Amino acid sequence: MRTTGRQLLLITILGWGVALLLFFPIFWMVLTSFKSEVAAIEVPPRLLFTPTLESYAEVQARADYLHFALNSVIVSVGGTVLALALGIPAAYAMAFHPTRRTRSTLLWMLSTKMLPSVGVLVPIYLLFRTFGLLDSRAGLVVIYALMNLPIVVWMLFTFFKEVPGEILEAGRMDGARTGAEFWHLLLPLTVPGIASTGLLSLILCWNEAFWSLNLTSSEAAPLTAFIASFSSPQGLFFAKLSAASTVAVAPILVFGWLSQRQLVRGLTFGAVK
Amino acid sequence: MATLELRDIRKSYVAHEVIKGVNLDVADRDFVVFVGPSGCGKSTLLRMIAGLEEITSGELLIDGKRVNEVGPADRGLAMVFQSYALYPHMTVRQNMGFALRMAGIAKAERERKVAEAARILQLEPYLDRRPKELSGGQRQRVAIGRAIVRNPRIFLFDEPLSNLDASLRGQMRIELARLHQELDATMVYVTHDQVEAMTLASKIVVLQAGKVEQIGSPLELYHHPANLFVAGFIGSPRMNFLEARILGADGGGVRVALRSGAEIVVPAAMGGAQAGGTATLGIRPESLRPDPEGPIAGEVRLAERLGGLTLLHVTLAGGEPLVVQIEGGDRTGAREPIRLAVDGAACHIFDESGQALPALERHPLAA
Ligand SMILES: Nc1ncnc2c1ncn2[C@@H]1O[C@H](COP(=O)(O)OP(=O)(O)O)[C@@H](O)[C@H]1O
Ligand SMILES: [Mg+2]
Repeated sequence: MRTTGRQLLLITILGWGVALLLFFPIFWMVLTSFKSEVAAIEVPPRLLFTPTLESYAEVQARADYLHFALNSVIVSVGGTVLALALGIPAAYAMAFHPTRRTRSTLLWMLSTKMLPSVGVLVPIYLLFRTFGLLDSRAGLVVIYALMNLPIVVWMLFTFFKEVPGEILEAGRMDGARTGAEFWHLLLPLTVPGIASTGLLSLILCWNEAFWSLNLTSSEAAPLTAFIASFSSPQGLFFAKLSAASTVAVAPILVFGWLSQRQLVRGLTFGAVK
Repeated sequence: MATLELRDIRKSYVAHEVIKGVNLDVADRDFVVFVGPSGCGKSTLLRMIAGLEEITSGELLIDGKRVNEVGPADRGLAMVFQSYALYPHMTVRQNMGFALRMAGIAKAERERKVAEAARILQLEPYLDRRPKELSGGQRQRVAIGRAIVRNPRIFLFDEPLSNLDASLRGQMRIELARLHQELDATMVYVTHDQVEAMTLASKIVVLQAGKVEQIGSPLELYHHPANLFVAGFIGSPRMNFLEARILGADGGGVRVALRSGAEIVVPAAMGGAQAGGTATLGIRPESLRPDPEGPIAGEVRLAERLGGLTLLHVTLAGGEPLVVQIEGGDRTGAREPIRLAVDGAACHIFDESGQALPALERHPLAA
């Protein structure tokens, strides 16, 4: 497609517009976190003000950030590793030994994502209570893995599908059995795809709030619960809430920034080679 | 020693049968070529031999042992794919050594065998490159090298030259023939190109729509095609087919009349054909020659001058087209009337069902 100068200008403006629109709330949150509580609720809000770290100090004084952050890291990484461990063999089977029902199975898996989580809250809660998984990191790991499994399998399937079947067949002719075929051929060829899938899963786990708020209280509570703890009891303190949110999303923002290349490649589902 | 036997091999996809009962014996050191039009089932058959495709029914024997249930990793065969299917993340050295690594062979031994194969294939300068840094011809040689290092019982090739340009294809064809001699190996080779089949094979299997049309040496198929399909497929330029009527047989063979009335005696037996019945007369372009006294009359429409040879595209009085191959030095040109003589001994008669009438004598080179 040829783009004229005018079209290019239009696309550029549109792109920046959308980007700013998406970025604005984050920008505003960070800005607010440096205001005093009074300045934070001023109408109209001011762009120029004397920055203060008092909200951060108070957030740190009131809750143990590191405890929540550590939980976030453990459940995100754990959930992702478990989802990959289950998803890779599933996607392998579907990509390289498809049956007539493979496509439908995949769609069915994805369709479970359309069910609102709250719809299964009660059964999951009861299961967790029965098995003593409430407020445990292991419980969250399992829930996160299951939550992301459909999307993980779908993405891995798409990446595996791109590996020419003849390369694996050549491997089989060369004497590679399933294990060797996976370690020596499939894995090295799809590492970028598996990495993007893992990255996406990490981000989704990190930002997950519904299950973490409902299934944890203190021991296993991740950063989403940390944020929430600043929103409820004593009324809304916007500056502190913003400060808490900022420190909660900062790690994943930095992480996302560092891995954006990989992520974009993964999210376009291999369309861009 | 490696032999291969196919016993009534069949393959169905759901309800659709694509290989309809193939029987074949491949002797040790044979170079067998499966040839046929695209979609006739050559690859499917080869992949069943390789173990990459399940055999629906029938038996496959390697060295006399049934291997239907043996996986591809355990059949001891090597395959060269049309797409080469090199491992993109490995160097040439690693590509060629992969099978040996899988077999648990020590590194020093592996290196030695890879070096030996690289020498045979003149790949030594490229051993540390990756496949994407190689030309098509070099990739092809790596794919072959990957097969040779293993010293497999049988080599399988699926259209290995079809992605190369014409001159490289000719060169690789010669190299493959040389390899076959040098390695004393048994090879099964798939192609849709009858020239490749003719030049490489010790035995050609002509396939059409999942069925074997004929099995034989290249010259056997050329001189004694069993039916119209094989006659039309083997040989270039293609054999001419003319409508004919069978007049009868005598000691010299079968006498047929063309539409123009010209009569030709072909040294063949009547077989199942009836006098008075219709038939097809097959004449190779190289068996026709311009002759003012010749029985076949027509007009030259086009002269394709290839240099050493010229192909005359002639239209007969009755409107039937005919290709004649003559010397490049002949001056005969387009829009000229022409008379052609034909050597009856080089002609073929096919009955109404397309089967060749049996020749009275075998060609000396097609024993
Ligand atoms: N997986 C498959 N499912 C259904 N039909 C197939 C499959 N693979 C091949 N076929 C059919 O089998 C026939 C033979 O294919 P193939 O062996 O690839 O032909 P060739 O190699 O001679 O060109 C074709 O008609 C093709 O459509
Ligand atoms: Mg094929």
